[in-house]
Amino acid sequence: MSSWLFSGYAAAPDLPDVLPPRKARGKVAMFVHRYPTIVIGGVLLGLILAIAVLAPLLWTVDPTAIAPSKRTRAPSELYWFGTDMLGRDIYSRVLYGTRVSLTVGFAVAGVSSAIGLLIGLCAGFVRILDAVVMRIMDGLMSIPSILLAIALMALIGASVQNVVIAISVAEIPRVARLVRGVVLSLREQAYVEAAIASGTRVPNIIWRHILPNTLAPLIVQATFICASAMLAEATLSFIGAGTPPNIPSWGNIMAEGRALWQVKPFIVFFPAIFLSLTVLAVNLLGDGLRDALDPRLAKRI
Amino acid sequence: MIVRPTPLLEVNALKKHYPLNKGLFGGDKGAVYALDGVSFTLDKGETLSIVGESGCGKSTLGKTILRLVDPTDGEVFLDGERIDNLPASKLRDMRRRVQVVFQDPFSSLNPRQKVRDIIAEPIVNFGLAKGSELTDRIAALMDKVRLPRDAMNRFPHEFSGGQRQRIGIARALAPGSDLIVCDEAVSALDVSVKAQIVNLLSDLQDELGLALLFISHDLAIVEHLTHRVAVMYLGKIVEIADRRTLFGSPHHPYTRALLSAVPVPNPDPLLRKRRVILKGDVPSPINPPSGCRFHTRCPFVMDRCRSEEPMLRPVEGNVRQMSACHLDGVPEHG
Repeated sequence: MSSWLFSGYAAAPDLPDVLPPRKARGKVAMFVHRYPTIVIGGVLLGLILAIAVLAPLLWTVDPTAIAPSKRTRAPSELYWFGTDMLGRDIYSRVLYGTRVSLTVGFAVAGVSSAIGLLIGLCAGFVRILDAVVMRIMDGLMSIPSILLAIALMALIGASVQNVVIAISVAEIPRVARLVRGVVLSLREQAYVEAAIASGTRVPNIIWRHILPNTLAPLIVQATFICASAMLAEATLSFIGAGTPPNIPSWGNIMAEGRALWQVKPFIVFFPAIFLSLTVLAVNLLGDGLRDALDPRLAKRI
Repeated sequence: MIVRPTPLLEVNALKKHYPLNKGLFGGDKGAVYALDGVSFTLDKGETLSIVGESGCGKSTLGKTILRLVDPTDGEVFLDGERIDNLPASKLRDMRRRVQVVFQDPFSSLNPRQKVRDIIAEPIVNFGLAKGSELTDRIAALMDKVRLPRDAMNRFPHEFSGGQRQRIGIARALAPGSDLIVCDEAVSALDVSVKAQIVNLLSDLQDELGLALLFISHDLAIVEHLTHRVAVMYLGKIVEIADRRTLFGSPHHPYTRALLSAVPVPNPDPLLRKRRVILKGDVPSPINPPSGCRFHTRCPFVMDRCRSEEPMLRPVEGNVRQMSACHLDGVPEHG
């Protein structure tokens, strides 16, 4: 009776597979499968970032070197993207322009998120501030952001740093509004009331309970701000109110090629392609993050 | 005169009126009378259930006692010490002693905190333990609410509703509280889990001498768990009595209507005729009826009810049963 227990036949013999065994996905493959937009956007953005960092190594020449005799050459083996009206190599200029766009995009996203978060938290928590601060934000938002940025640029002069400041000022109200709304809804959450009932002081409530739950929507908003800041930078440069002409930026290049776009379309075409791809990458990343960080889908993470 | 020890909690004519949004140019638009003069006492180790329809002020009562909202008027005493008018800076001792368990186990736990941090929060706030002592204390609390100790490092979304409610109870017990306000604490759970949590609460009460203020609309659960019951209607207590009296011989017509609305497993066709079915809806707490607030729906309404507000008074000389009704004796249903 007891012999079969120890005989090694206690387990049933293996059954033949009815279905072919499924290949187990690795962690990376799972992530790609689940969040394809994050992966595509991230990879694309990573490439563009690499271009910005490695610009001097990618067979570029001095992007500001003028050669009047070689102006407006079509793309060729020597000038990959052609040359502009002053004979400058567009390939080099576009690659160096990546630096300006990414700097402006990330700096504006960082600055406006940080300041907007602070304003939003204050407005959400301090009743008296709320009305005043949010009316100021409404006022800022009632001015079209590009007009506001042009006015600020006219006031403080052209430099990349000032472009960041001008676009940030226009973006801050959007972040502040978002954060205030999230804070107001989080304040009503039962776990915040429970924290108050268990004697948590206000700074700790903000730090432990409000802030971590604000970050997800804020990160998503930051990516969209990053994309729109890049577009705003290009717009400002295009109309001559942004990055000074001695620094190549996509907006500058397009502005200079504008007069010739019917006969030499490549001058506008290449920076435009880069700008579109970069904005697409950032937006894809933001879209994917929004899905991944959505609290309603939190269980999947 | 019987000398009674100081009750753990004494609530005296508590009022909470929410002013309605004033227009841009001022003008008083009245208020929502969420609580309008509620008085009761709760002894150490006792359970008092607050029952009533939704919107009758049960939850506001709990929040006002917890000082999550400030009362408009009235007094609250904890162990003889007045707590309703304490400034925010002096609330901490009261916060340590009075804790809360909320209805929704999904929104009452921060999704981004681990169970350990959730339970540790009140202990750390009141500086009751640190380091390994803190860990021991959390482990002991998890044993008390019968959660596995290895759950400590997990996040709330990894647990079921009942387990989450246990985490909430552990948090409420953490600072060594004397009184726990259970705001519909089992209403969101399904029946079998509900029974487990209710039994857990009464075991903890026996073990720790907790007082429970059990806010609920589920009369079956209340009957199972409570020592005394207070019935609320439109911001007022209409009847308060010990469990057996209230469920056995309810006095106030509203209590009788509530009790007859409880579904029974085997309805007796003869008794069915005696069901009290109320007509109409609960009147708005913005403009409560004059006199007795129940007069618009009461089957025994008299002229006096429309003008004169009844006070809570003992029923047939029994001080354990107080009812706010002009009728003498228990009305026979015609």
